[in-house]
Amino acid sequence: MQYLHNIGAYFLMIAEMFRKPTKWSVMRTLILKDIDDLIIGSLGIVAFISFFVGGVVTIQTALNISNPLIPKYLVGFATRQSVILEFAPTFISIIMAGKVGSFITSSIGTMRVTEQIDALEVMGINSLNYLVFPKFISLMLYPFVISIAMFLGILGGMIAAVYGGFGTLEDYVTGVQTDFIPFHIIYAFIKTFVFAFVLATIPSFYGYYMKGGALEVGKASTTSFVWTSVVIILLNYILTQLLLS
Amino acid sequence: MIEVKNLHKSFKDAHILKGISTVFENGKTSLVIGQSGSGKTVFLKCLLGLFSPEEGSISYDGNIYSELTDDQRRNLRAEMGMVFQGSALFDSMTIQENVMFPLKMFTKQSKSEMEDRADFVLKRVNLPDAHHKMPSEASGGMQKRVAIARAIVNNPKYLFCDEPNSGLDPKTAIVIDNLIQEITDEYNITTVINSHDMNSVMEIGEKIVFLKDGLKAWEGSKETIFKTDNKIVTDFVYSSELFKKVRKMYLEERD
Repeated sequence: MQYLHNIGAYFLMIAEMFRKPTKWSVMRTLILKDIDDLIIGSLGIVAFISFFVGGVVTIQTALNISNPLIPKYLVGFATRQSVILEFAPTFISIIMAGKVGSFITSSIGTMRVTEQIDALEVMGINSLNYLVFPKFISLMLYPFVISIAMFLGILGGMIAAVYGGFGTLEDYVTGVQTDFIPFHIIYAFIKTFVFAFVLATIPSFYGYYMKGGALEVGKASTTSFVWTSVVIILLNYILTQLLLS
Repeated sequence: MIEVKNLHKSFKDAHILKGISTVFENGKTSLVIGQSGSGKTVFLKCLLGLFSPEEGSISYDGNIYSELTDDQRRNLRAEMGMVFQGSALFDSMTIQENVMFPLKMFTKQSKSEMEDRADFVLKRVNLPDAHHKMPSEASGGMQKRVAIARAIVNNPKYLFCDEPNSGLDPKTAIVIDNLIQEITDEYNITTVINSHDMNSVMEIGEKIVFLKDGLKAWEGSKETIFKTDNKIVTDFVYSSELFKKVRKMYLEERD
């Protein structure tokens, strides 16, 4: 029953988020601040992970291709497909659920504990619009982060292949260009937009409706990470079935 | 004027407020006192519109809150100032930005006009040099004064304070009490304070409402509370030897 209640409350929260908009001059500042916190602040870790995971995918693919009949360019092809279809949109989103999701839950949860949300409500401000809507808008730039992850993943793979002695630059580039299907990029970005919505709203839900003190803020962050990840994985399956099968 | 009639509020099986009726008049500092768990905070949150009562009504200058439209409620709330127990300052903003926040949200003033107004109210609460500090850099007393400045910056008609003295030393507590009373008189605000502090009761309680187990057990003023024989009130207010002596001296002086 509690799960059903939470699902209902989540959708009501989303509806409320779009009502009674905050003054644009204030909202603009909030959106810019959230872009800085959620998007710009995540670029470093996303770049680091993408580059090295791209390299690891290349090395593992190369090491597992022992048959001399399989062309060498397959390493580049496999890296591109892994990075674009799954690693960048899904794996990075799970990481973002930990980084950005925990930040959103703990910052909104702390505002709940310290009565800052009550202060907004008393002033007649729609606190859901004030707190959650700017996060939702700023995370619409999340595909930008994923584009960087795609680029750096493939670049990391190329450097690992060439400097690790697993193939030539020409082979790798040929592999990256082989059988390129533009719809795969569209598929990846559709997933990314859906995951961005999940990343903005589920952690906000757990922060906004939390009860208790500082300890519960920590618990809410953990719960929010678990549920954000579960929903991302489930939606990943559903979207893949719908768009690629 | 705030008029409360037969207010009831429950949470699941717990009946917290059991039919409270009272009136808080303009330009007066009213105190709601009572033991922990007596329903003071729930009562205050009902007045603020944060909780919806199951029964009864609250009217602000004749306008019944439950009958107002969403827009009317928002306009009414813009006329309320609230000082929370923990100050509830926005910790991502400087003190000046905290004070300017209601102006940014509800007025079309220019930045310099808002800064001038923030300067004025910060001086009014004796914090002329704290503009660029973050709330975490301010002491408890300073945070309370910033919270008062934020509450009054938009010239509210109603000011609510939830235990404004909690966690403060006695000297700072008196400063905060006097500040609230001065502001109430100066701007003719309807002020309602939740308090445990008997010093506040004696100093600024122009009207006192005593709650016990969700019921209004007594109502009076700082003068009549000395004379009351109501055992529930005297057990609570005069529980310390000091206040027993104060009361005895007061009554002897009167006789």
